[in-house]
Amino acid sequence: MARYSTNEFKAGLKILLDQDPCAIIENEFIKPGKGQAFSRVKIRNLKNGRVIERTFKSGESVEGADVMDIDVQYLYNDGEFWHFMEPESFDQYQADSNAVADVVKWLKEQDICTMTLWNDSPLSVAPPNFVELAVAETDPGLKGDTSGGGGKPATMESGAVVRVPLFVQIGEMIRIDTRTGEYVSRVKE
Amino acid sequence: MAENWKPACDLNALRSRAQMLATIRHFFQQRSVLEVETPLLCSATGTDPQLDFFSSIYHAAPNNKEMFLQTSPEFAMKRLLSAGSGSIFQICKAFRNSELGRFHNPEFSILEWYRIDFSLDQLMDEVAELIVELLGNQFYQVDKQSYSKVFKRHTGLNPLVFCQKTYADYALNNDIKDAVSLCGNDHAMWLDFIFSYKVQPALEDKALCMVYGYPAIQSSLARININNPLVSDRFEVFIKGIEIGNGFFELSDAVEQEHRFDQENKSRQRKGIRRVDKDKKFLDALHSGLPDCSGVALGLDRLLMGITQAYSLDDVIAFPFDRA
Repeated sequence: MARYSTNEFKAGLKILLDQDPCAIIENEFIKPGKGQAFSRVKIRNLKNGRVIERTFKSGESVEGADVMDIDVQYLYNDGEFWHFMEPESFDQYQADSNAVADVVKWLKEQDICTMTLWNDSPLSVAPPNFVELAVAETDPGLKGDTSGGGGKPATMESGAVVRVPLFVQIGEMIRIDTRTGEYVSRVKE
Repeated sequence: MAENWKPACDLNALRSRAQMLATIRHFFQQRSVLEVETPLLCSATGTDPQLDFFSSIYHAAPNNKEMFLQTSPEFAMKRLLSAGSGSIFQICKAFRNSELGRFHNPEFSILEWYRIDFSLDQLMDEVAELIVELLGNQFYQVDKQSYSKVFKRHTGLNPLVFCQKTYADYALNNDIKDAVSLCGNDHAMWLDFIFSYKVQPALEDKALCMVYGYPAIQSSLARININNPLVSDRFEVFIKGIEIGNGFFELSDAVEQEHRFDQENKSRQRKGIRRVDKDKKFLDALHSGLPDCSGVALGLDRLLMGITQAYSLDDVIAFPFDRA
């Protein structure tokens, strides 16, 4: 893998740090007029999501991480692994529970997700920004209530719990913003 | 169509820059300081291992000649001073390779001036007068502090006496543990690290602050203080914690200067970076006699940031590096 000088550090660059793949969030170049230059870098560890700060001597180089994002279709869960397929090459990937993590509650078969690969194996999975899921369980609401105020919890077919307006019924499809976990609208079939 | 043909900064910043330059020229005219020009493309460059330069080739095959873009006009201006120019100032571009960030652009504007027979303190006062005039008519408290005092106040450490263990303990307890492995037993690097991370941010609430009496190991081209050999006659200017410039009571001893060049070349060798030929013309000028003077260089782009309260150099430079 290529090496990168601190002079090339910028947001989004993927590097290997303490053997873990990381993404640079921010790089600040520090140099006293007559002194040593440093790079003060904010880095996200892509394995555990933690953000750390590190300082490098300017001009130092670090190994790049072979990390890339691909679009994949979610196929099924076999009890241990979640299986995805790259729709053009038909390459299949199996992600373990670490990679899927809490995204599992948004996964619906055939939806297109973004998978981050490190050395060709799944590191993490991001759901689409919007998903459409069927309501599996919720208290019966008041018919005719369209105000949307208040609301009630509803459990989706995938297991996610979302606050929905009172008029939403079991079996209905709703659209959810996965970034906020909030109900957006009902989906007309 | 890509958008980066356009200036990065607001057009108002161009007007502020023109105003700043006019004010500076007026300031020196009133004081009878002569404006001069020296080459940007030079046959020699500084040996400072912390300064990375751009070089280019003058085509005269088979005797091609390497030329350097100046990292500062210091050597050429001191040649003028040695030739009897009297007090001089210059507004020009300087170039420093691989320096890029919110406060750095590889090509930048410098205001550099030298005052014959000025003490460092007199020059600091003049710097303050100029900056106060540029920042506007408000009343500014000009804060002068010694490096030792300000360093000790904000860290508890003595910057003049190096104790690796004390410094490392401080780093571990103050959230800068990377310093321990990066700086090792390099006193100057420790000072740069700690000053940048812990002292400079503490100067942010000061409109204008001058720190003088830098440790002798960071003397650069300043004289060593005659009363305290651990301290050099060097100051730095900060506007809201941002380093704006560097001033010296200028070293005029040609032998000492040549010795520092040799030391810096040795340090270059240790770091595995190329050696640089000493600037013979500059050394000859010192041999012929540089009058006692104090000099200072201010980064004009950063100064303009201070005047316009900008966040980044991109807000005050029309075409910064990525649009150049």
